[in-house]
Amino acid sequence: MLKINNLQARIEEKEILKGINLDIKPGEIHAIMGPNGSGKSTLASVLAGRETYDVTGGTVDFMGKDLLELSPEDRAKEGLFLAFQYPVEIPGVSTTNFIKSAVNEKRKYLGLEPLDAAQFLRNMKEKMKLVEIDQSLLSRSLNEGFSGGEKKRNEIFQMAMLEPKLAILDETDSGLDIDALRIVANGVNQLRNKDNAFLVVTHYQRLLDYIVPDFVHVLYKGRIVRSGTKELAKELEVKGYDFIKAEVDQELA
Amino acid sequence: MMDATNILKEAFDKQNGAGGNLAEYQQENWKMFSGLGLPAIKHEEWKYTRIKNVFTNNLVISNDSTLSQDALNGLILKGTENANRIVFLNGRFLKASSITTDSAEAICIKPLEIAAGDEDADFVNINLGHSQRYHGDGINALNAAFANGGVYIRVNKGATLKNPIIIYHVSDSSNGLRFSQPRILVNIQEAAQVELIETYVNMGGGENLTNEVIEITAEKDAILHYVKLQNEGDKTNHAGTTHIRQTGKCLTHAVTITLSGAIVRNNLNMVMEAEHGESHMYGLYLLNGNTLADNHTIVDNAMPHCYSNELYKGIMDDASTGVFNGKIFVRKDAQKTNAYQSNKNILVGDHASANTKPQLEILADDVKCSHGCTIGKLDEDALFYLRARGISAENARSMLLHAFAIDILEQIKNKDIKDYAEQLVAERLSFSI
Repeated sequence: MLKINNLQARIEEKEILKGINLDIKPGEIHAIMGPNGSGKSTLASVLAGRETYDVTGGTVDFMGKDLLELSPEDRAKEGLFLAFQYPVEIPGVSTTNFIKSAVNEKRKYLGLEPLDAAQFLRNMKEKMKLVEIDQSLLSRSLNEGFSGGEKKRNEIFQMAMLEPKLAILDETDSGLDIDALRIVANGVNQLRNKDNAFLVVTHYQRLLDYIVPDFVHVLYKGRIVRSGTKELAKELEVKGYDFIKAEVDQELA
Repeated sequence: MMDATNILKEAFDKQNGAGGNLAEYQQENWKMFSGLGLPAIKHEEWKYTRIKNVFTNNLVISNDSTLSQDALNGLILKGTENANRIVFLNGRFLKASSITTDSAEAICIKPLEIAAGDEDADFVNINLGHSQRYHGDGINALNAAFANGGVYIRVNKGATLKNPIIIYHVSDSSNGLRFSQPRILVNIQEAAQVELIETYVNMGGGENLTNEVIEITAEKDAILHYVKLQNEGDKTNHAGTTHIRQTGKCLTHAVTITLSGAIVRNNLNMVMEAEHGESHMYGLYLLNGNTLADNHTIVDNAMPHCYSNELYKGIMDDASTGVFNGKIFVRKDAQKTNAYQSNKNILVGDHASANTKPQLEILADDVKCSHGCTIGKLDEDALFYLRARGISAENARSMLLHAFAIDILEQIKNKDIKDYAEQLVAERLSFSI
């Protein structure tokens, strides 16, 4: 589904991704872990098409298409979704209207008829249950005045509405209490099927108790330095990142 | 060919005396205008707005056009068929096309020169020209010199108007640069409630210049909701003063919307002469092409415990220019004043510019005043967020600009006018859901 080959990216003069390789197949959940500043969020942003980063090398194939050639909106319409670490507050844009626009622009791109008001509403009601999000929240301006937990649930709700092929969750667990974490994880688990895939970016192992990954990768200094199963995450939880840092720094030295 | 000064002189001489009860007032103001001349850019209040340049030898003042009923019917805004309607043609009150739909017990609309000589004469004497205390320039005096042909509106004590008052300013620009100088005096008596809307139409496809003064006095417990909606097209020049005076504790609320024009200058004054007065001033200028829109506002707090809130927003595309100047005066006795002011600008066009200047003069020592202004581009984070959900860059931009503008439009109380303004803004921004 997603094949990343030797991806390199920088912001201004600072090199952040120094050759990422990653292969994600339908039905899989991959976790990217790593210490602060290792490039986790940069990877998520680059995949979503954020223009503040310059891609300086490598390729990304997304279901047969050259992802790096696509605009952010076309990536979304092709089935990529980024759940933001910091969802943006946009006063004056109603959450419902925004999601309706997004859903219908995607349908148009795929050659489908736009959803009528009744279908959209039905669809929305169903997906609202999934993340236990309240109607009153959706009639408000997008993320404006939402609590941290509400913002993250809104991200997962949007994901449910847009039904992406590949969802990237960028530190979705940050700032969440245990109940909100469970709700978010539960939403993800219900949306999971054999045809879609998830890339879960996280600093802590905690989220992976709820969203169980098939593969865990450790990102450090812009490279994936270790890959393994969920056992690797458990090991990190016990030992911290220092042991990997020490090993890698030694290898590099 | 005559230059503009001679054209004005000839027009003044021709109508001199026609003002009847206003003749003397007009004569004084003509003298004042002759002394002051038109404000040039070295005049601090007009430094961005070259209104003088609009006065060319192409100026047409003579009132030789007519307005057919069909043409007039085409101008009536949807849903407002029942409104009290006042029509100005080329700056002159057109009584035949105006209608009063509220009762005679509630409202009286008549020519200004009549009011200056009947039971309303005292009010006219005291209030006509009150705005000159704040705008002592030649452009205001020039309007006053042609005050005949203006209109007087009285909303009687305790009356709540069932229908809004809508003033249509129509300019016929088919044979030159049409110069119109409407003059309006409004008397909102104790506890009366009024919605007053002004809108402008340039017919004939040529250039026009409107120099308007509207002076409104609101008494104790009155409520005024005022809207000025300007969307005449790019050949329009406009210099208008809306002067609102609170003589008792009351609520006055103004929304000023500018969507097009060559040079547009809006002066808005809130003069708060009584304790516990409340005023609101909202403005939106949504500009493109080479439009220059200049909003100058004044809040004058003379008495204690007044509250004023002001929010102006600008979106400048292409090579347009937005100007905002917001003065707040707090006089020595005006303790416990609460005055808030904010001006926010988004530059969309590569050659667009914004000039913003808050100007606070505070002489009392126990007041709360705040002001802030921003000039920036669209929020890149917000744009990316929308695009990452599959919304095209173009639609994301429309959505964000619309969101920026909408809270000003939501301040319009009259639903029909609000819908109309929203439709104009949505069309301009290619916004649709």
